[in-house]
Amino acid sequence: MLSRTAENLYWLARYVERAEYLARTIEATLRVTALPNAYTGQGNEWDSALLTAGVSASFYGLYDEATEASVVEYLSFSPANPSSIRNCIENARLNSRSVRTALTSEMWDTINGAWIDLQEIWGKGAKTREELTKFLRFVQEISLRFDGSAYRTMLRNDAYWFSRLGLHLERADNTARILDVKYHVLLPEEEHVGGPLDYYQWTSILRSVSALTAYHWVYRETLKPWLIADLLILNDTLPRSLASCYGNLVRNLDQIGVAYGRQGAAQRHARGVRNRLEHSHMDDIFQRGVHEFIQEFIADNGRLGEIIAKQYLI
Amino acid sequence: MAVAFDEMNGPGGELRSAYQELSRWLSDTPPDALEHRRHEAELLFRRIGITFAVYGDAEAQERLIPFDVIPRIISGKEWTLLEKGLKQRVRAINMFLRDIYHGRDILRANIIPDDLIFQNPVFRPEMNGQAVPHDVYVHIAGIDIVRVDAENFYVLEDNARTPSGVSYMLENREIMMRLFPDLFARHRVAPVEKYPDELLTALRSVAPLHASSEPTVALMTPGVYNSAYYEHSFLADKLGVELVEGRDLIVKSDEVFMRTTEGLKRVDVIYRRVDDEYLDPLTFRPDSALGVPGLMSAYMAGNVTLANAVGTGIADDKAVYSYMPEIVKFYLGEEPILKNVPTWRCREPADLAYVLDHLGELVVKEVHGSGGYGMLIGPAATKATIEAFRDKLKREPEGFIAQPTLALSTCPTCTASGLAPRHVDLRPFVLTGRDRVTIVPGGLTRVALKEGSLVVNSSQGGGTKDTWILDE
Repeated sequence: MLSRTAENLYWLARYVERAEYLARTIEATLRVTALPNAYTGQGNEWDSALLTAGVSASFYGLYDEATEASVVEYLSFSPANPSSIRNCIENARLNSRSVRTALTSEMWDTINGAWIDLQEIWGKGAKTREELTKFLRFVQEISLRFDGSAYRTMLRNDAYWFSRLGLHLERADNTARILDVKYHVLLPEEEHVGGPLDYYQWTSILRSVSALTAYHWVYRETLKPWLIADLLILNDTLPRSLASCYGNLVRNLDQIGVAYGRQGAAQRHARGVRNRLEHSHMDDIFQRGVHEFIQEFIADNGRLGEIIAKQYLI
Repeated sequence: MAVAFDEMNGPGGELRSAYQELSRWLSDTPPDALEHRRHEAELLFRRIGITFAVYGDAEAQERLIPFDVIPRIISGKEWTLLEKGLKQRVRAINMFLRDIYHGRDILRANIIPDDLIFQNPVFRPEMNGQAVPHDVYVHIAGIDIVRVDAENFYVLEDNARTPSGVSYMLENREIMMRLFPDLFARHRVAPVEKYPDELLTALRSVAPLHASSEPTVALMTPGVYNSAYYEHSFLADKLGVELVEGRDLIVKSDEVFMRTTEGLKRVDVIYRRVDDEYLDPLTFRPDSALGVPGLMSAYMAGNVTLANAVGTGIADDKAVYSYMPEIVKFYLGEEPILKNVPTWRCREPADLAYVLDHLGELVVKEVHGSGGYGMLIGPAATKATIEAFRDKLKREPEGFIAQPTLALSTCPTCTASGLAPRHVDLRPFVLTGRDRVTIVPGGLTRVALKEGSLVVNSSQGGGTKDTWILDE
C-alpha cells in the first residue's frame, strides 16, 4: 500500500485513541474533584490532568491557573490546543478523507458522523456539567464504534495492521503518562506515606484507563497501590496495560513482516521492549524505581514510533 | 427567448410517454412524503460525505450539491441517437488531436486557422510528434448536451481535459434506488453501475506497449483540498487502484514509481485529475507542488500513459468548438449526428459586429472560461453588465464567442412551492480504450434550481438529478 496511506491510517487510529483517553481523563478528574478536600488532599487534580495529557507547558502559555473551567475548555474544545478532543476529531477526519479508499464505509461513517455532530451539536462547547458529561460519553462512543467497525469490517491486511499499530502505540503512551504523573501514589507498602487519602487517587487512575472493575476481577482484593501498578504495567490481560499493548504491537508488526517477507528494526525494537516487560517483576521495578522505569518506557515507545515511520511511512 | 420545452409535459401540455409512470406516481404520492424523502436523501449525502469545495468560500469549505429527487427520464429511442452522436464526436476529437500534434492535415486544408491552434495557451508544443498508445488522447470525455425541443439535442461544450461529475451519476442512482424502490419497480431503467469496470478496462487497454500484461493503474489527485476530491477517492475505491498525490510518485530513469510500505512500485497508467500545468514542475509551472518532477520525461519516453493525454485542452477550447461539425466531416466523412449550437466567433470582424449589435439577446462566453464564470447572459443582464462586456469584447475579441440564448428544456423539480419546471442539461461520459468507445446509458443531469435561471453549474447554485434511460 502507499506509504502515505499507511501513515494516515496509523495517525487516524492514534487521534481516535487520544480523544478517548482525554475524555476518560477529564471524567475521572471531575469525579475526584467533586469529593470534599478531606478525601483527596491538597494537590490540584486539574494540574495532573494537564500533565497526563502532556500539554501543561502550552496550557500555561495561555492561562494563569488550572481550574476546572479552563482545563476542560483547553482539553476538550480549544482550537489553540493541537491535541484537544476537538482537534483530534478534526484531524481524524482529515486523515480519513485522505484514505477513504482504505477505510470501510462503517469506519468512515463513524468519523464523518462524529465530525458532523461535533460541529452541529458541540460547536459551542458544553455549557453545563451535565452537557459536558454527555459530550465525554459521545467521545468515548466514537472510539468504541470506530474500533468495533475496524474489527468487524476491515480486511485483515496491512491497512488493518498499520491502524492497530497506531492504536496500541498511542494507548501505551497514554497509560505510561498516567503512571508517570501518579507514580508517587503507587509505591509499595513500606514506602507508602499517603495513607487512606490516596484511595480516591487510585480509583481515579483506574477509571481513566477503564480498569476499576477489571482490578477486582483480576486480584480479588481491595485496592493496593502496588497491585494497581502491576495491573497497568505487567498484566497482559488488561487491554490498556503496557504489556498488552506491546504484545499487540509485536503481533501486528510480525504480521506486516510476514506479509512483506521482511523483518526490520521496528520488529526487533518492539520485541525487545516486550521481552523486557515479560521478564520484569514489580519488586524489581520498585527496587530500581518506578519513575525511572516509566521514563525509560516512554522514551522507548517514542523511539518505536520513529522507527515505524522510517521503515514504512516515509 | 422561446418558451422552454418541458420534458414531462410537452409543448401542448400533453404528457410525454417516457414520463407516464412518473407522473402517475407523483399524483399518487402526497407532497409531504416526497419532502420526507428529499430530506432523507440530503442526510444520506452528508453522511456519505459527497461534498465539493467552492474556492474562495471560507464559510463553506465543503458543501453538498443540492440533489433533486425527481428523476430526469430519457426514452431508449432518444438515447440510441445520442449515443451514436456522442461516439462519433469523440472519435473525431481523438483523430483531430492526433492530427494537430502530427501531420496537421486539417490546418493545411484551411479548415481551421493556424493561429487558433498555435497561439492558444492550451496547445502543448511538447506533444508535437509525440506518440501516445493506440492514438487515444481523450480516454474520458464529458460532453455537455442540451435539449431545446422534442427532436433537437445540441452539444453545448466538449470537456476533454479532466471532466468531473461521474461520481454523482453513480451515487445519485444508489441513493434513488434506496429511497424509491417502488418507483424503480414501475420502470425499466438501464443500469449505470458498470461504469467503473468500463473505465478500468479502458485505462488498462492503453498501457504502454511494453508494460506487463497486468498493468498498474493509479488515480492522481491534486489532494484533499481539491473541489472534486470526493470524486477522486470514490473512483479510486471503485476501480480498486491507489489514489496518489504528486508526492507519492517518484521518477527514476524515466520510469514512474509510487512509494509504498514495501518500497517503490512501478506505475504504468495514471488517470490524472491534475491539469497539464501542474503535472511536472520541470516542464510546466515550476511553483507547482502538486506535480512530479520528471513525469513528462517519463511520459515522453513512453514509459507511462497519462489519461487524458497532455494537450487535449485544444479540443475543448470554445473557439475550436465552433469548428466541430467541420472536424467531424473532415476526419470521418460523415454528417455530424449531434448539432452544435450556432456560434459567432468574435475573432472574425463580421461576427464581432453582429455580436456587438445583439448583446442583449446573446450568451457571450470566454473562450477559456469554465464553470459558468465569465459569462454574459444577455436577456438576464443589466445594462451596466452589457456595457462592461462590450468594452471587453472590443479590447480582446479573440477571447470570446457568442451563442443565441437557448431555451434549455425543463424538468419537474422540487421547489419550496411544490413541483415546478426547472432548466436542465446533461453530461454523459464517453470512454475510449484501445479498440472501442463506450458510454454507460446515463449521465449527470444538472438542474438550475433558481426559477428561470439557465446556469446549471454547481459552483453557482445548480443541483443534480438522477438520469434514467429507459430500456425499451
